Parts: sequence; structure tokens; C-alpha cells
Amino acid sequence: MTQTPNQGAVNAPSATPSDRIRVDLQLIADMVEPGTRVLDIGCGDGELLGYLKRTKNVDGRGLELSNEGVRNCVAQGLPVMQGDADRDLLDYPNGAFDYAILSQTLQATNRPREVLGELLRIGRKAIVSFPNFGHWRARFDLMFHGRMPQNPNLPIMWYETPNIHFCTVRDFVALCKDMDLVIERSMVLNESGSKVSLGSHSALANFFGNQALFMLSKKG
Amino acid sequence: MSIPAPVSRRALPGHQIVLGDRDKLRLDSGIEFGPFTLAYQTYGELNADKSNAILVCHALTGDQYVADDVHPITGKEGWWRAIVGPGKIIDTEKYFIICTNVIGGCLGSTGPKEINPETGKPWGLDFPVITIGDMVRAQTMLIDHFGIDSLFAVIGGSMGGMQVLEWCKSYPERVFAAAPIATSYRHSAQNIAFHEVGRQAVMADPDWCGGNYLLEGKKPARGLAVARMTAHITYLSEPVLHRKFGRKLQNRGGITYSFDHDFQVESYLRHQGKSFVDRFDANSYLYITRAMDYFDLSVEFDGRLAEAFRGSNTRFCVISFSSDWCFTTAESRRLAHALNAASCNVSCVEIESDKGHDAFLLDEPDFHMVLSGFIEGAAEARGLK
Repeated sequence: MTQTPNQGAVNAPSATPSDRIRVDLQLIADMVEPGTRVLDIGCGDGELLGYLKRTKNVDGRGLELSNEGVRNCVAQGLPVMQGDADRDLLDYPNGAFDYAILSQTLQATNRPREVLGELLRIGRKAIVSFPNFGHWRARFDLMFHGRMPQNPNLPIMWYETPNIHFCTVRDFVALCKDMDLVIERSMVLNESGSKVSLGSHSALANFFGNQALFMLSKKG
Repeated sequence: MSIPAPVSRRALPGHQIVLGDRDKLRLDSGIEFGPFTLAYQTYGELNADKSNAILVCHALTGDQYVADDVHPITGKEGWWRAIVGPGKIIDTEKYFIICTNVIGGCLGSTGPKEINPETGKPWGLDFPVITIGDMVRAQTMLIDHFGIDSLFAVIGGSMGGMQVLEWCKSYPERVFAAAPIATSYRHSAQNIAFHEVGRQAVMADPDWCGGNYLLEGKKPARGLAVARMTAHITYLSEPVLHRKFGRKLQNRGGITYSFDHDFQVESYLRHQGKSFVDRFDANSYLYITRAMDYFDLSVEFDGRLAEAFRGSNTRFCVISFSSDWCFTTAESRRLAHALNAASCNVSCVEIESDKGHDAFLLDEPDFHMVLSGFIEGAAEARGLK
């Protein structure tokens, strides 16, 4: 279900050669406290889960739609359920995890609002990343070419993409406000996946951020 | 069909142990049963702290010869030789593997064909009805005998998977990792229906003699063969039957306009039925199918399956096969959802295969990859070198 950004070659600068993960995943991993319980929804081949287990002694679990992804995770000794974020999050008990992570998957869910609510029912904190449709290049494509954007972050043509609910950073912030969620941390990433030092609330972040990354919690 | 000479218990290679001598086995039916015998095989060596034991549980018509080079009756390799052995997924150089013939079985464990000490005659239908819970409770006595507090893993497919789940429900602290494969937390109505057809076929055979065929010197071979033929179809899938046989004829140019075995698939089933009666006892078949029918892990929790696993620290890996219509992926998912709801450490994988229920016994590289990853991950967590 995840539309994986084409950034396999870009590695985190601080990682050791044996432990290099995609730079956006590295930024997520940096937010996770060691020794915690983590649910990675749409965990793919287990890149982030495996990294968290190896480097942060995290009790990690995964949920993944694709057969291949699940198989690869379990073959690495990672506990992963085959399932669907839209349907199967309901099975997890309240507060079972410290973090519920949804990386590059929100835009591919049928009901993003409900999924977001589930993340913060299951996890104390939610970490969410998604491609920003408010990025200048997306705007440029629509404005001047009249075409749906296609770029390394959104590599698949509109008629084949699994993504069904695009949003911008601003849309997401508005949704969090509407749902009464606390944005604990936020950042936007540029086209190579590196952190852009702009506040997420600013229009500039929405304009220049290719991907957005949020850590959320519930009020109170 | 000829009546094969009964295999003497003493002629069977491997271990046998008498259990329930003083503390009897309390059956789910309320009967205090014992002493009784369990036949079992072990492979590999138990380590000093007894932390490397894997219990492998067999399916309905399986037995304790999981990894022997030569099965004493069929002459073939053990039923999971592909998986259990030196350097294999369940590595006999690393783990101590135990496989018991279930109570009620017919390969050395106390079952309906053995002698009832009170009458000096074979038990027949006087043998008490047993359950999956009874089979597992009997196994715990053997595990106690080895002085093993906690098994590293309990692994099994089909009915073996039911035993795995029963272990996890009843003795969670004794199971570090569990792999229930191609199985369910309860036997479906469809499966009960097929079992009933099989039992009726056995009991309709005049040679069954009300269950006393051993005393009468007979054997309900035709009924048991029909039961096996029916069951065997449920273990396969249409694609695999089609690939193997299609509508191909058996050594003839055209159909014979008779009820002879014109089609290859018919010959195949007849062969399956015949070879089965040579190695299995009809009454055992009745008892063991009944045990599977009665299995429902959710029943004592008013249907709330998650309650069966509440507080469990066992690591689970639930594996199903896409073309298995006997124990479907949907049932495995229900199980995995319940494990999730109980906050258990669970993996759940559906393996793409067109080989039906029997896929767990066959060469399925994806299945082997998953099982091996799960066992290695668990071994690491257990600190097994």
C-alpha cells in the first residue's frame, strides 16, 4: 500500500555502513525513545522495524498488506501481521504501544481521519509521514502543465497510484486541529529526503517541503 | 483388500514411556485415566539448562516418526524430514526435538487397538473419548519427565496446530515460541461434516463389527479407505488435482462404460485409501477425528477467543496457505486478530501456494523461509547459540 519514495541510495549521514536506512525513516527512528513498544503500520520489508530493534532495543511489531513484505519481515525474525490499516487497526487494544508509526501510508488509506484516530488510540504517540501535495513542484505541475504531479516522491501515474487521499501540510495541520490533536514535533523534508529547517506551520514549509513528518499526541 | 498383519507394539522402534501411574490423566470427559503409554521419538540433545527443546505435534494421521530416515511401517522418510534434521529449519544439531504419538493413536501410544488391562482385550469402543486438551495434558507428563519447565517452541500443522494452540492456552508459561500452521482455533462445521462422512464409512463397513474387529480377526478396510479418500480430497486443491491428473485416463485408450477406475484421479485415491489402511487403525481414526471436532478454544470464554491468550508472553507465528480450503486463511486471521487483541507478540503470514492444506508437508520455499526466520528470531531472543 505504501508508495515508496525512490530514495534508496540516500543514506543517513550518521549511520554506520551496516545500518543505513532511508533518510526519512532515519528521521522517524530518531524520534523513538529506546526500549519502547512500537507498531509500524505499512512496515514494508521491515527496514525501520529491523533498525529500531537492532539499534534501540525496541519491542517492535509491524502491519503490512503485501505478502512479500510480511514474508520478508518474518524471515528476518520481525513480528509482522498481514493486514490493512483501514480494517485491522481495530483489533489492537487501547494504549498497547508507545508509538504508532504510519510512514508514507496515510495517503493510501480509505479513511485517513479514522486511521489517524486509531493511531492515537493504540499508541501514546503517533508518528506520521506523507508526501506534501502543497510542494511547489506539485503546484507547478498542476498550475502550468495541468497535469497531476509526478516526481521521485510520487513516482506512479495517477491511474496506477495506490494513493487516494492526498493532502498538503496545511490540510494535515488543519485536520489535527479539528481532531484536537497535539503536534509535538513536525518537520518537512526536501526532495532528497533531508530535513528542511522551516517551521511546519509556515507557508514556506508547505511550499518547499516534499514530505512532511509529524509526531502527534492526544490532548490532556 | 487383504488384512495386513497387525504391527506389534514391541516391534516398533523408538521410545515408549508409561505415564499416569500414580497421578492419573484427568480427561476432559471427567474420567481419570491411567496408567497409559506414550510412544515418542527424540532427535538432537537437550542442553544443560534445558532451554532448547522443541515439541513437534503431528497431524491426524501422522505419528512420532517426524525425522526418521526410514519409517518402520511405510518404509518412507519421516513426515517432516524436509524441515527437521541436521542443519535444517528445525535443526537437530541445535535443538532437542520431541515428537509423541498422541494418546488415542495407533503407533505405540495407548489407543483403542491396545489391550485394556482390565479386560485383557483390545479397548475398542470402551476406550474413553479423548480431546485435543487430553492429548496435550498427556504430552505435559512426558515433558515433565524430561524435567523441561519451558519448551523453546511448540510447532505443528493441522491437528498438530490445534495442539500448539492448546499448549499456548493451557500452559502459556511453558511455551516460549509457537507456530500454529494451517490450522484453526476451532474445527469448522464443514470439517466436522467431512469427518462424519469418514466415520460413517468406517462404521458402515460390516467388518467393523461394532468396533470389535480385532477380536473378530477382521478389519474394516473398505470403510477406512473410503474415509481416507474423502479426507484426502479436502487436503488437496482443485489446481493441484488438475495439474496432477486432470481428466486423464488410467492405462486405457477410452472410458470403459463401467465403474472401474477409468480416471487417474480414481486410481490415485484408491491407492491412498489402500496404503492408509495398511498403517492406521480404524477405531483410532474415529477417536482422533472426534477429538478434532470437539476442539474450540473459544468455547470456555463464551466465544471471546482473545481471552484464551490474555497475558501470554509466547511469540506466535500463524501461517496459512492460500489454497487451503480445509483450514482457511480467514480462520488463521481470526486467530491472529484475537492474539493481537490480547497484545500478544504475533506474526501472521499467508503463503501463496496452490497445493492446498497439504502444502505444510511439501516443498514450499516461502513457507520454509518464514518458519526458519521465525525460529531463528525466537532463538536469538531466547539466547540460544
